[in-house]
Amino acid sequence: MSFLPFAIAIWIFLVGLYGVVTSHHLVHLVICLSVVQSSTYLLLLGIGYRTNGAASIFVDIPPNTKAVDPVVKALTLTDVVVGAAVTALLLALAVQAQKRFGTLDPDELDPLRD
Amino acid sequence: MSAGEGPARRRDSEISFATRRRLFLVSGAVLAALMTWALAGMPAFGDYHGIYGLLLNRVAVPQEHATNVITAVNFDYRGFDTLGEEFILFAAVLGLALILRERRDEEEGPPDDDAVGRQVSGASVAVRLITVALVGPTVLLAGYIIAHGAITPGGGFQGGVIAATALLFVYLGGEYLALRRIRPLPLVEITKATGAAGFVLIGIAGLIWGVAFLDNWLPKGTPGDVFSAGTMQLLSVAVGFEITGGFVLILSEFLDQTIVLRRRRGARSG
Amino acid sequence: MEKLAPLAVAGPFLIAALFAISMPLSRRRDDIVSIVTASAGVVFVGAMLIDVLSRDVPVVTWVGGWQPRAGVALGISMAFDPLSTSLALLAAVLVCAAFLFAWRYFATPGPIFHALMLVFGGAMAGFCLSGDLFNLFVFFELMSVTAYALTAYRSEESGPLQGALTFAVSNTVGAVFILFGIALLYARTGALNLAQIGVALAHGHADGLVVGAFAFLCIGFMVKAAVVPFHFWLADAYAVAPTPACVIFSGVMSDLGIYAIARVYWTMFDGPFHAHLETLRLVFLLFGGVTALWGAVLCLAQHHLKRLLAFVTISQIGMALIGVGLFSTEGIAAAALLIAADGLLRAGLFVAIGAVIHRTGSVNELRLYRLGRQVPRPLAAIFFAGALGLAGPPFLGAFSGKRVLEHAAIDVGHGWIIVVFVVAAILTAAAVLRAGGRVFLGWGAPAEDDPIPFGRPTGSEVERDDDEAEAETTGAPDTTPPVMIATAGALVAGGLAISLFPALVDKALDAAARFTDRAAYAAVVLHGAKLPLPDTPNLGVDALAILFGLLSVGGAVGIALAVLSPRHRVRELVPLRLRGPLRGTYWAVRRLHSGQAGDYVTWLSVGAATFGVLLAAATR
Repeated sequence: MSFLPFAIAIWIFLVGLYGVVTSHHLVHLVICLSVVQSSTYLLLLGIGYRTNGAASIFVDIPPNTKAVDPVVKALTLTDVVVGAAVTALLLALAVQAQKRFGTLDPDELDPLRD
Repeated sequence: MSAGEGPARRRDSEISFATRRRLFLVSGAVLAALMTWALAGMPAFGDYHGIYGLLLNRVAVPQEHATNVITAVNFDYRGFDTLGEEFILFAAVLGLALILRERRDEEEGPPDDDAVGRQVSGASVAVRLITVALVGPTVLLAGYIIAHGAITPGGGFQGGVIAATALLFVYLGGEYLALRRIRPLPLVEITKATGAAGFVLIGIAGLIWGVAFLDNWLPKGTPGDVFSAGTMQLLSVAVGFEITGGFVLILSEFLDQTIVLRRRRGARSG
Repeated sequence: MEKLAPLAVAGPFLIAALFAISMPLSRRRDDIVSIVTASAGVVFVGAMLIDVLSRDVPVVTWVGGWQPRAGVALGISMAFDPLSTSLALLAAVLVCAAFLFAWRYFATPGPIFHALMLVFGGAMAGFCLSGDLFNLFVFFELMSVTAYALTAYRSEESGPLQGALTFAVSNTVGAVFILFGIALLYARTGALNLAQIGVALAHGHADGLVVGAFAFLCIGFMVKAAVVPFHFWLADAYAVAPTPACVIFSGVMSDLGIYAIARVYWTMFDGPFHAHLETLRLVFLLFGGVTALWGAVLCLAQHHLKRLLAFVTISQIGMALIGVGLFSTEGIAAAALLIAADGLLRAGLFVAIGAVIHRTGSVNELRLYRLGRQVPRPLAAIFFAGALGLAGPPFLGAFSGKRVLEHAAIDVGHGWIIVVFVVAAILTAAAVLRAGGRVFLGWGAPAEDDPIPFGRPTGSEVERDDDEAEAETTGAPDTTPPVMIATAGALVAGGLAISLFPALVDKALDAAARFTDRAAYAAVVLHGAKLPLPDTPNLGVDALAILFGLLSVGGAVGIALAVLSPRHRVRELVPLRLRGPLRGTYWAVRRLHSGQAGDYVTWLSVGAATFGVLLAAATR
């Protein structure tokens, strides 16, 4: 039972990666990539959890109450922003692909080849 | 949707799609085993004994007079990370603007994917009323969240995103085109850049004051007060500006693409 | 002085933000501001380097003034030791060079380009100098995002679009691996500071979690460094990114991945893994060797000049990884010297190629046959000098790095790897020399007798390459701006000069000794204490090194001449029976670079799985 959150994190990572690998649609690929990123949120937050711990915000509870780890929460926050930034950039590329080349299939985009 | 340059089909690759999938399934299974083996060495879920977190929980309130320890971590103890993170969004928005900026062979025009002669009704009166009515409170809520970042859950990032969603309300109410005519785009960009620059300047102020970069040198007040926690509140506001500007830019670039920008007929493609 | 250190990062950030505000500034002012900021960065980091070299210990500064309490780090540290500061200096120099080059190269870059480059420069400085694991990750991601944005500069063409896409997808997956590693280490040690984690891990043994953490961190950094099989994105991206950005990408960004592997190992994992060094070496030598050879073989038949240099980059990353993978002081010193010399040379070559593109509008070697004669003579000389430097002739270019690497390899009993990197050096230099011969000297007519035995691109591909090139620059002008020639010359001269000074080798060895001393690092970061420095050997130049140097240059020149000769000599050297299978395998390997993101991520997973299994076996 106590390993379940971590097992789920691994599962989410691999499922998302599978989606990226087998994707036929750029938007689908980008969303799968953000699924892969979200596995790390789960992992981080799972590490910092304390059973029966409160949130680390002491405005209405006395300062020495048992609270969960604030550091992983801050790290996850940073992680989420990073994920959003990358997703935005990739979606812009997807829009551009549709506009310029009429296709959203990642396997149809033509690289520079020699 | 605009047409491509003729039938694009999946190009030949050295490995077929089926091979790709099989390769991935095998390596994915191996990775799963590896990860499970690695994560098996972790302390049990709920059994947290890390020094860093426990120490910060104990000292953040008396030291920094901030009751929201997470904000204290983000804007004070690990403020350098937040600087980097803020600029990640900054760079992503710049990149997005670079990619989606209007090209020489595009022009603005009304959306043309409606069928000819079809009557398109705008949003209903109820929707328009509610969305426009919500814009104000949303911005107010965003301001509240940003200002109370060091006290209650929230902070610059959260508040900034909330403020940006006010734009989405306008879009839902069908008023986006109207807003766009009066939308001060330079103002949005200035907001974003000011937020980014502001963060750095506050950090540098710490240097000028004689202590370290990003030091929390302002008076800390009493915990629970809006004007507490020193530079944290200022940094929160700076980040709020930057995130608001950034997300409004992202949303408006995407909305522009769907509604407004259409390639000029017969232009050279690709 | 060290309190000002974060300015190396924050300074460029501030100017970049100001760029974004003052959109309507004139083009000229944009260029001047960027060049001045970049130069200021070089001066600042240079001053820090001089400061560090004058002391015996790394200089540590805590951002926000958070001094550690009883060995527990509260904030984020920046640690300046000679190696990391030199790398930061290299990055700063290349950013400055890129701006100087872009000044005359671009038609209308706009302030967005300048802002992105400045943020990129600041991020690289932060990455090199960071002493905190998560901070390392944040700057890694910042470097990556700005790089994606810069690669997509002309995303209306299919090449840049696809290149940026595979770049972003591959590196993001790599970043997720890094986060997994960070999470594992945090769970075990409760810390994010490199030194503190090292102390906490030092007395434990290498169980699944520690091995897994190291594996995931290395996988992520190897994606960035483009080690085979994580490298597919690089060939596409570096070929289509705007040339000033390529100067930085190729010159230093890829090397940062190798630096990170070394940094992470020597501050954190040396404790638990010390008993397993022998087997660890084998794993890293395998990956490094394959990378070196793969890049070298594939660059031989590239005719797109930027893509050719991309494969040269991959090959040399392999050599740097070999240096790091020897897990010794000498190995680190060798890698440092190689990164410095090869990085400057590659950057100079990119500037030279950029000047050719600027003048002729074409980037394809076959199309450029003889057209390089329009370019001023000095530029051709610089190009050839750079190419020779890659081979490492005695006392020039990569020579110092190679001879220290030879020593290091023999000292740990893996002398066989010398063959691998000498062959790689020969092949890469030969490819660049061949390109130079065709473009600047008009040798090796491409039309009917194609000297490359395995095929050539069709006409339409050649044309498309040129469309890409032309769109980027200010059209085909009459003269090559002197600033481009000067920049290329300065970079190549710098790269060649690395091996002119034997004192540099001693300095590199001292720096490496400090770099590999985990206990001393932890002592100075967490307690401000100073531990004595271990002695380093004195490596004189010996006859074997000179022999290898001459062999490399001779081999490179010989192969280039053979390939350029009008008769089918190369083809006739290969026995008839082998030609078919060889050609088949060669084309199969080339087609693996399919341009499809799904394929690249698949190979990434295969590589990750393989690396993880090998590492687990090596540390059992």
